[in-house]
Amino acid sequence: MIRLSERAWGYVFAGPAFVLVSLIALAPIAAALWLSLRQQLPIFGIDEFVGLGNYLQLWGDDRFWAACRTTLYFTTLSVSAELLLGFGFALLLNHLSDGAGKGLRWAHVMIILPWAIPTVVSAQIWAWLYQPDYGLLNYLLVVAGLTEGAIDWLADPDWAIHAAVVMDVWKTTPFAALLLLAGLKTVPQELYAAARVDGAGAWEQFRRITLPMLMPVVVIVLVFRTMDAVRVFDAVFVLTGGGPGNSTETLSIYAYKTLFQTLQFGYGSALATAMFVLAALLSMLYLALLRRHVQGSA
Amino acid sequence: MGRHDDQGRFMMNRLRTRGLTVCVLVVVGLFCLGPVLWQAVTSVKPDQDLVRLPPLFPERVTSVHYDRVLLKSSLPRSLANSMIVATSATVTAIVVGAFCAFALARLPITGKSVILGVALVTSMFPPIAVISPLYLLMRELGLRDTLVAVGLTHAVYSLPLAVWLLTSFFQQLPKELYQAARIDGCTPLQALLTVIFPLARPGLAVAALLVFIFSWNEFMFALTLTASDATRTAPVAVALFPGLYEIPWGDLAAASLVVTLPVAGLALGFQRHIIAGLTAGSVKG
Repeated sequence: MIRLSERAWGYVFAGPAFVLVSLIALAPIAAALWLSLRQQLPIFGIDEFVGLGNYLQLWGDDRFWAACRTTLYFTTLSVSAELLLGFGFALLLNHLSDGAGKGLRWAHVMIILPWAIPTVVSAQIWAWLYQPDYGLLNYLLVVAGLTEGAIDWLADPDWAIHAAVVMDVWKTTPFAALLLLAGLKTVPQELYAAARVDGAGAWEQFRRITLPMLMPVVVIVLVFRTMDAVRVFDAVFVLTGGGPGNSTETLSIYAYKTLFQTLQFGYGSALATAMFVLAALLSMLYLALLRRHVQGSA
Repeated sequence: MGRHDDQGRFMMNRLRTRGLTVCVLVVVGLFCLGPVLWQAVTSVKPDQDLVRLPPLFPERVTSVHYDRVLLKSSLPRSLANSMIVATSATVTAIVVGAFCAFALARLPITGKSVILGVALVTSMFPPIAVISPLYLLMRELGLRDTLVAVGLTHAVYSLPLAVWLLTSFFQQLPKELYQAARIDGCTPLQALLTVIFPLARPGLAVAALLVFIFSWNEFMFALTLTASDATRTAPVAVALFPGLYEIPWGDLAAASLVVTLPVAGLALGFQRHIIAGLTAGSVKG
């Protein structure tokens, strides 16, 4: 029997995870960074080192900037809608839970469903709702007298991206609501009682107590949701495939097409790396905001 | 008299609260469930009723769409594939992740912050960026278009989440448990298998649920690492649903619901655990 120290056992235990992550995650990440410095076009037998050439090409690529704009537009709209709506849901449900525990349980059951559904399935569900001739959405709008004719949501370049946003908001608002609701539960009730004694109204209580206390959770929701929205793929891929034209082409979709339709492995990897940089910058921005907020209130 | 008034007001208040509760639940419910319910209605509508609105609800219901996707398509095969992939990914991620998490939580290894940092970067890096090197790697390993490739990838990309959840879970267990087992003569391996893991079952179950749902729903890796009906997972089958000229909306609705059923069942059955897992850490820190 070999006698190992506690430390050695620690390495034995952590070893398999380390090996798997290195092989399946770290090595591909390193390879992607390396590929982004090369020009690779297997069909033409081209494979050469081009340094930052791909990144320079990105700088002058209109389609890349258009994809950046689409991604940021999608991210801004969907994340802010998810946060506002999720906050609304959380406040409503928190209000419920003060009185009736049963109501909250029902709410949890309903709210967890969109979260659990595969994104691909929710995209198909919404594609059917958006169907121009016999989709439910157009029917309801016409019945309500809001529109006269049928709108082809997914074929209209102006509507398509918003259709994707709505689907994303439906799918992920529950996640935001769940986190915010859990956050609301940690706010000490005495604070509200004290504020009421001081004569603070509901809005004042929300602005001075709820919002500051919840700031860390809000930032976490923002970081999680932004990271996901910046790399959105499944939803848009199934709903519109990036079309019509390139009006819903996000960075992920552009990278996917570059990699798997035109087989430009080098340029596609540069695109994907740019995406990572964008996501990292945004989350650093949020964290800086949080730090300033924490310092400001301390 | 006054007492009667009080009682009346109390009843009114209760009714009002009850009414408000119902209103809130209906609004939240319509938002969350409406699209899914419409899909359920669609899945039992006869084909001729699908191309006209109104009526909203069919006069007669049919099981023809379910018959078609369950008996005459490759969907059952995809469901079986998904079951194999998600189960093996879950087992791998939990076994490998639990040992790693325990080492991080309780054993004196160096470089803990490096490991956690690597886990963070791995989960932040966009999957689309690693997909082409990963594809080439799987081809080199002879695993292209196999369930092993998809399962392994899912296991690794859910490891950061599993390790993160389980590390904080192990930190909550009393230190003395492990030390007592060691003093009683257990090796660390025995201590983990006979004392720690059985006690950590709730945490392991939460992590397992989240990994299973992630793997069942994952699309991009499954799409690029598979190339045939024999290996396609359920989400890929739903995304590439075959329609010759027109999309068969009824069949698609039936397929969507069938594919959702396992994860929806898990989510509803274990909602309290899942919510605890999702919100762990985000609220504490």
